[in-house]
Amino acid sequence: MPTSFIQPEFKVKIDYDKCHKCGRCVQQCGWGVYNFNERPIPDDAKCRACHRCVTYCPAHCISIEKSQLAYRENDNWSAAARKAVWRQAETGGVLLTSMGNPMPYTRIFDHLVLDACQVTNPSIDPLREPMELRTFIGHKPDSVGVESDGEGGYRLAEGEGIKNNLKLDTPILFSPMSYGSVSLNVHKSLAMAAQRLGTFMNTGEGGLHADLYPYQDNVIVQVASGRFGVNPDYLSRGAAIEIKIGQGAKPGIGGHLPGEKINKEVSGTRMIPQGTDAISPAPHHDIYSIEDLRQLIYALKEASGYKPVGVKIAAVHNVAAIASGIVRAGADYVYLDGFKGGTGAAPQVIRDHIGIPIEIAIAAVDQRLRDEGIRNWASVIAAGSIRSSADVAKAIALGADAVAIGSASLMALGCHLCQSCHTGSCSWGITTQKPELTRRIDPEWGAQQLTNLVHAWSHELQEILGALGVNAVESLRGSRERLRSIGLDEQMNKVLGVKPAGM
Amino acid sequence: MTTTRPRYAEEASYKIHGGCGLMGICDESGTLMSGEDAILAMAVQHDRGNGLGGGFAGYGIYPEFPDHFAFHMMYHDIQAKEEVEALFDQFFLVDLAEPMPTRPVKGIADAPLLWRYFLNPYPNKLEESELSTEDYVVKAVMTINSSVDGAFVASSGKNMGVFKGVGYPEEIGHYFRLEEYEGHTWTGHNRFPTNTPGWWGGAHPFALLDWTIVHNGEISSYGINSRYLEQFGYKCTLGTDTEVAAYLFDLMLRRHKLPLELACKALASPLWDEIDRMPEAEQAVMRSLRAVYGPGMLNGPFAIVLGFNGGMVALNDRIKLRPLVAARKGSVLMVASEESAIRAVIAEPDAIWMPKAGEPTIARVQGMDWPIHGDLHLPPSDISCAVTGTERSCDTVEVNA
Repeated sequence: MPTSFIQPEFKVKIDYDKCHKCGRCVQQCGWGVYNFNERPIPDDAKCRACHRCVTYCPAHCISIEKSQLAYRENDNWSAAARKAVWRQAETGGVLLTSMGNPMPYTRIFDHLVLDACQVTNPSIDPLREPMELRTFIGHKPDSVGVESDGEGGYRLAEGEGIKNNLKLDTPILFSPMSYGSVSLNVHKSLAMAAQRLGTFMNTGEGGLHADLYPYQDNVIVQVASGRFGVNPDYLSRGAAIEIKIGQGAKPGIGGHLPGEKINKEVSGTRMIPQGTDAISPAPHHDIYSIEDLRQLIYALKEASGYKPVGVKIAAVHNVAAIASGIVRAGADYVYLDGFKGGTGAAPQVIRDHIGIPIEIAIAAVDQRLRDEGIRNWASVIAAGSIRSSADVAKAIALGADAVAIGSASLMALGCHLCQSCHTGSCSWGITTQKPELTRRIDPEWGAQQLTNLVHAWSHELQEILGALGVNAVESLRGSRERLRSIGLDEQMNKVLGVKPAGM
Repeated sequence: MTTTRPRYAEEASYKIHGGCGLMGICDESGTLMSGEDAILAMAVQHDRGNGLGGGFAGYGIYPEFPDHFAFHMMYHDIQAKEEVEALFDQFFLVDLAEPMPTRPVKGIADAPLLWRYFLNPYPNKLEESELSTEDYVVKAVMTINSSVDGAFVASSGKNMGVFKGVGYPEEIGHYFRLEEYEGHTWTGHNRFPTNTPGWWGGAHPFALLDWTIVHNGEISSYGINSRYLEQFGYKCTLGTDTEVAAYLFDLMLRRHKLPLELACKALASPLWDEIDRMPEAEQAVMRSLRAVYGPGMLNGPFAIVLGFNGGMVALNDRIKLRPLVAARKGSVLMVASEESAIRAVIAEPDAIWMPKAGEPTIARVQGMDWPIHGDLHLPPSDISCAVTGTERSCDTVEVNA
């Protein structure tokens, strides 16, 4: 019997004429592709196409190619579908994968175009004029009550005005990614970048390592179903608290961090014994209803001196009604995670087939909250494959207050989307706890990469606002009049609240 | 012949782009001046319009009926007039009904039937309705605008009136014989719409009770402003930026009880850089205003003059992308899109200046309630219906003529 029907996906080609025989590829590869016997000998089957070896080869003599192995053509049974059957026949298990949904669903962002000013109103040059991106995340009252200050001016009346809002210098946050799923150096890079950028990183469900305490004013701490690392000190350190109900890549299911990733540091931060599996239950076992959620929101507010408390949910069919319930339950923001959002590990069937696109979730939630007159009560953060500043602008125009980036931020640190985070052997040192790999990221360098990326997107967002003739991001927020669709059907336009181009 | 009789509810189903010229003049001592000055100021700014809309609002112009609501009506045909007058008879004691005095003017054609009525609610009907007087009047305006085909209330305030139509403003002014009126406050508008609806009701000023608004500009944030207002029940269907500005004033001043100065600061917010440098108490007010009213901030180029019985307020956008000049001579304050308009009316002003971006220029008439008075409690949907008439569907009605 053959050991496997599955043939290697990639071919590692080395131009031995150019090869220095230095062995660097052997040392760099986290997957053990290379053996060294006078020259590097690759094992194609182990290659993930992460390009670590390609990037570090001093002779530029390595190339990774797609396997040219032909399958009998069949539109219905793609090669991937056949391989999945073979793998499951061999193992009897659930197929695991990571990062975001790669399936060819319609990418709605790519069917939306933005407006610009011509003649009747002037566009604004962001290099010469102020262009404001400052954003407040949190509950806002419907009106502002003021009283005379007795000197011809006004002051806020007792109890009036906004309270406990997060101030962002740009409407881009970093998505929750736990320490454990990513390395401490990644967490440090994110925290340092968040501080420099005037925005926020998010601990994910793995607790807050003491090394991040200096950056705690720019950290949102998460409370997830496993309650890892949650204690009064943790809650009091964060700038805000986020209850994680679901994740776009795996709505409705829990998480599993294997024991081999739970080293001494992770164990201390998560408050679980070293080497044990960290299992997040599918639901919070104290939240079986919206009224239970309300209790937890207020318990966390009481415990933290009334810090903003947000709720993160996966975008699912009934997302608008769920979000409305969350806002009415007292949440200061709703974090919507679309079905293309990334993950450190998820069953492939869940990642690829559950949930709805973030564009639709934003549109439905924003409209529902407006219909109910409660849009001001909470902010909406959107995530789940924000790939560029154009996506940021479109998400905001559809109605999001801010967006969060996970995959893009990891890509700034070297991630090549090889979808192998769950293996714990990330050659780029991102989703691993192996010390020889994690040290590949210098937090100072990582922070700079992330700061560069967000600065670049922010500048581009300013250019877009200038073209639209507005000089503050709040004038784009929810302004669907500035969007038009191309190639979407009438029903979809209605759901998005967007007119087709030409109208 | 079959013609289509327009519902006066809807001007265009899409957003109208356009530039304009405007003026406002107010004698704070309450001394009356003839409408001639307003016409002159707009005539100088002739080239800021394209002949598709001009209009004026005058305050203090009906001293013989100071306590009557003055309804300026536009009728598409005699049938609309009869329907409205039947409604008036039901709800109001009409002390005078007369055709608007006009004269033939070259360039003005296709005028609707123009009538004015001085009226007050029947006391017993008012009592039965359990509404305040202002609410009662607005409800009547709403009913007419939304349910009588071919009828439109151009203005409905006390001791004031709106005179507007399709044409250049100086033509409109002469057509309505404005030189025969005397008022303490006048505003005027010259329209340059980039489509050609040719609808008399669509000219500026927009009015409800004694509030009027004239506006030059394009609100680039219209999309979110209208969605924000819809949350509070306003229906933005007219497709003009001016409508949005009018409802935002209504929301902030009447419903949220914001002082006029702060409402202006919310509509044309200072930059964060400026807010960050303010003293702490002021900063707290401004930070909250921007965070809360951000979706209502008017972004993009505009200059607005809001008129009311107690005076007027002129406001520019936050980075002054549309012209607005102000001048003072004694107790007279004047604003206009162009300095030439001011100099045409006031030969030697004491002071002439460019109001700063987002800084309201305010004129208050001595001894009058200010800024907004009256006992108005109606929900926003009724307010928007009263201004534009959108209560029912806006189908066009086929009639035989």
